Amino acid sequence: MTSLSTPRRLAASRDETQAGWLLWLLLALLVVAVLLPLAAILGQAMLASDGSFAGLAPLRDTLAQPGLARAAGGSLQVALATTALVLPLAYGYAAALTRVALPGRGLFRLLALLPLLAPSLLPGISLVYLFGHQGLLKSWFADGSIYGFAGIVLGEAFYTFPHALMILLTSLAVGDARLYEAARTLGAGPLRRFATITLPATRYGLVSAAMVVFTLVVTDFGVAKVIGGQYPVLAVEAYKQVIGQQNFPRGAVIGLLLLLPALLSFAVDRWLQRRQGTQVSARAQPLQPLRQPLARLLALLYCSAVGGALLVLLGTAIAAAFMQQWPYQLGFTLQHFDFDLVDGGGWLAFANSLKLALYTALAGTVLVFLGAWGSSKLRTAGTAGQLLHALAMLPMAVPGLVLGLGYIFFFNHAANPLHGLYGTLAILVLCSVAHFYTTAHMTARTALAQLDGDFEPVAASLKVPLWRTLWRVTLPTCLPAVLDIARYFFVSAMTTVSAVIFLYTPDTVLAAVAVLNMDDAGDTAAAAAMATLIVASSGAACLLFALLSHWLLARSQRWRHPL
Amino acid sequence: MKLDPTTLLHKAPPADGAATRPYLTLAGISKRFGQQQVLSQLDLTIGKGEFVCLLGPSGCGKTTLLRQIAGLDVPDSGQIVMDGRDITLLPPAQRDYGIVFQSYALFPNLTVADNIAYGLGGARRDKQRRVAELLALIGLDEIAGKYPAQLSGGQQQRVALARALATSPSLLLLDEPLSALDARVREHLRREIRSLQQKLGITTIMVTHDQEEALTMADRVVVMNGGRIEQCATPFTLYREPATRFVASFVGQGNWLAARSRSTLHATLGDVSLLLPAPHGTPSGSALTLFIRPEDLVLHPRWPATPDAVLADITKLELLGPIYRVSLHVPAWGAANVVADITHAQLAQLDISPQQRVPVSLNAARLRVFAGEEKQHD
Repeated sequence: MTSLSTPRRLAASRDETQAGWLLWLLLALLVVAVLLPLAAILGQAMLASDGSFAGLAPLRDTLAQPGLARAAGGSLQVALATTALVLPLAYGYAAALTRVALPGRGLFRLLALLPLLAPSLLPGISLVYLFGHQGLLKSWFADGSIYGFAGIVLGEAFYTFPHALMILLTSLAVGDARLYEAARTLGAGPLRRFATITLPATRYGLVSAAMVVFTLVVTDFGVAKVIGGQYPVLAVEAYKQVIGQQNFPRGAVIGLLLLLPALLSFAVDRWLQRRQGTQVSARAQPLQPLRQPLARLLALLYCSAVGGALLVLLGTAIAAAFMQQWPYQLGFTLQHFDFDLVDGGGWLAFANSLKLALYTALAGTVLVFLGAWGSSKLRTAGTAGQLLHALAMLPMAVPGLVLGLGYIFFFNHAANPLHGLYGTLAILVLCSVAHFYTTAHMTARTALAQLDGDFEPVAASLKVPLWRTLWRVTLPTCLPAVLDIARYFFVSAMTTVSAVIFLYTPDTVLAAVAVLNMDDAGDTAAAAAMATLIVASSGAACLLFALLSHWLLARSQRWRHPL
Repeated sequence: MKLDPTTLLHKAPPADGAATRPYLTLAGISKRFGQQQVLSQLDLTIGKGEFVCLLGPSGCGKTTLLRQIAGLDVPDSGQIVMDGRDITLLPPAQRDYGIVFQSYALFPNLTVADNIAYGLGGARRDKQRRVAELLALIGLDEIAGKYPAQLSGGQQQRVALARALATSPSLLLLDEPLSALDARVREHLRREIRSLQQKLGITTIMVTHDQEEALTMADRVVVMNGGRIEQCATPFTLYREPATRFVASFVGQGNWLAARSRSTLHATLGDVSLLLPAPHGTPSGSALTLFIRPEDLVLHPRWPATPDAVLADITKLELLGPIYRVSLHVPAWGAANVVADITHAQLAQLDISPQQRVPVSLNAARLRVFAGEEKQHD
């Protein structure tokens, strides 16, 4: 015990050295794709309008603008109202799906997740068709009052519903039947049981869902752009400053403001995840869903009403895309799909979107899986692995609008050697991979964490290189998760508009951007048609992935079914 | 006079493995995790072909020690030499061992045959032949095409063993290989693993917290506690001559008696004078603690001729299956409470029941003597 030697390290074998380099490479890519663009926003926010350094002065000036305060107030009101509307609706829906023996449960679940297939512009278009100046039901909202607060809240409710639902479903799916039995034997009625068992057990899920809805609403600009009218919100303000007035520093300051709720919700979510750890003990008894006819009937009615409303909002735009002139001539036509008559990019935009979604799914899945594998399974991952994992969490906290702004400032800078990427499809792919990295990374990590941690040591003792184990064991056992990640990337890249809105050129215009531009130009029917194409291709992709997954599992994964 | 315990056994235990050619040498191994010293200055030599068990309570460092040998971790200081080669800093792939983990870590998407062939190179036909050999060796020829999830726990365990042995490594590491199995399968596999090991003559290190497993399987048992080796000996020596209080109380059952030394070979236990089996180093008049196994206490049907018999009160009689355990209160041994193990035949002969008195003596040749008053190690 006289001398403490310097910490020793095992020598790395060749495959471990290679994997180590790969990890550093992935880390460098994430730094370029996420960290540097964000740093560029910070830098830009400190520039005066003539480009000279001005410290915090532009920030102060922008914040002092009355327009900005109005926009911030508007965003806040809209976000709070949407959260208050969506949370109880989604909670009831999730409870009906998980706690009641609901007939057609799978169908209702699918129905509620449909909004994920559409860009956030679509509910806006549907609302215009339903309640707008030429709307079918315009008397419901007198004097065009749908354009503004009411329209934004309804549209955002549609857009955020599946996000809230997914969190609450997970939260409500677990529960301990023993607690309910104990409460019943002690004479607690249904209300008391709900207030003392169900609600406390799902409070983390509720907070988490509320944060997600709030953040999505504040950072989304699709709905407000289409149906918001003159109602001021921050996201549209940022868009106007950058695209309309070319005022980049002010756009950057608003971008920083948008980052705040996202960062806050990110921090709260991390904190919750740490607290939530031991909610349900290993000895918990699974819940038996309610079977009473009355409960089932009520659940059926409720889910039909909510799901029906979602379906109407989705279906109106789709239906209108196939009608001659909503709402006067309801005859069938395909003329709105002849995009040559309108501006916006037309079929080129759709083809670009398909390409973007495909490349994002391919590149994203490979990068994410390698990164998650390296950072969690590699003995020599060390610092690179930790940094990669930390950086992979960051995109979740960065709204697409902010990321897109960062890409302008970073890649469009004349001194950047990567300047050549600007205006290409490649930068759109990079941006989309970065934008949706966190969820994909978490999915991959979860799947990898379920594998026995001793696979790699066993393989090493048998002198089998890491790569072979990755290919023969790790990848095949994680295949369902890998397909899930690819599908997620594809659909997200297909529907996103926020990040890419700043990065497209006439050659790389995208379908979701085309929807925005056509709607802007007053070609609502063409916009609805393009939105329909997006929904159709996302839906087709989901179906395709489901079939592929089913086929692969049936073919190569016999081992998953004992005997 | 010291009785050589080996003379009491009609089948002598095998000689100390360390006496054969050393195959694996650990010298001064230390490892600390943060504030906690997990291994401290540990030395161990393992002979070629020897089966060594690392035994100890959880947290004693036995698994950590195995991980240093496997190259899954690196010791802060010390050296590991295997077959004359310093492997302290080599990655696992450059060492030469097969390993079976507690979870078995069988690849779920590969068949039994593919799992066993995983580390094999060369032509396909050679691989197939080797897999067939190994399946025959573990007696599971008929399951080659099955997946791990379709096997019983015992079958999975044997497949993991076959996979570890496939590349003919010179060292086999077993990390609690039987702890996930139920008692009956475990007992069967103990014998199977041991006979396989002897057939192949492969040097083997097994980590276990189950003393019965260690005593029945190993050539030598290394008892660890708090990151140190308490004793390293054959199962027989370990049981009969525990070197420390910890080993005495960790392995098997025993009675602790407070005594006082009278000379280097004599001690006083209550009112009784005892001849100790070996000289001890403590000065006359100092406190001693005597340790004796329950089977080395003798209950007498009649008052015996031996001078050191005393009367004991029977407080409890417990049936433990093959034997009875008798709880006694012995006033003449300083009011000690002890337990004695007797057979059914002995019980019939004694014809005793609780609340009765019975003459008792102890087999002084089997006493272990520790200095000081402290009884058990905690």
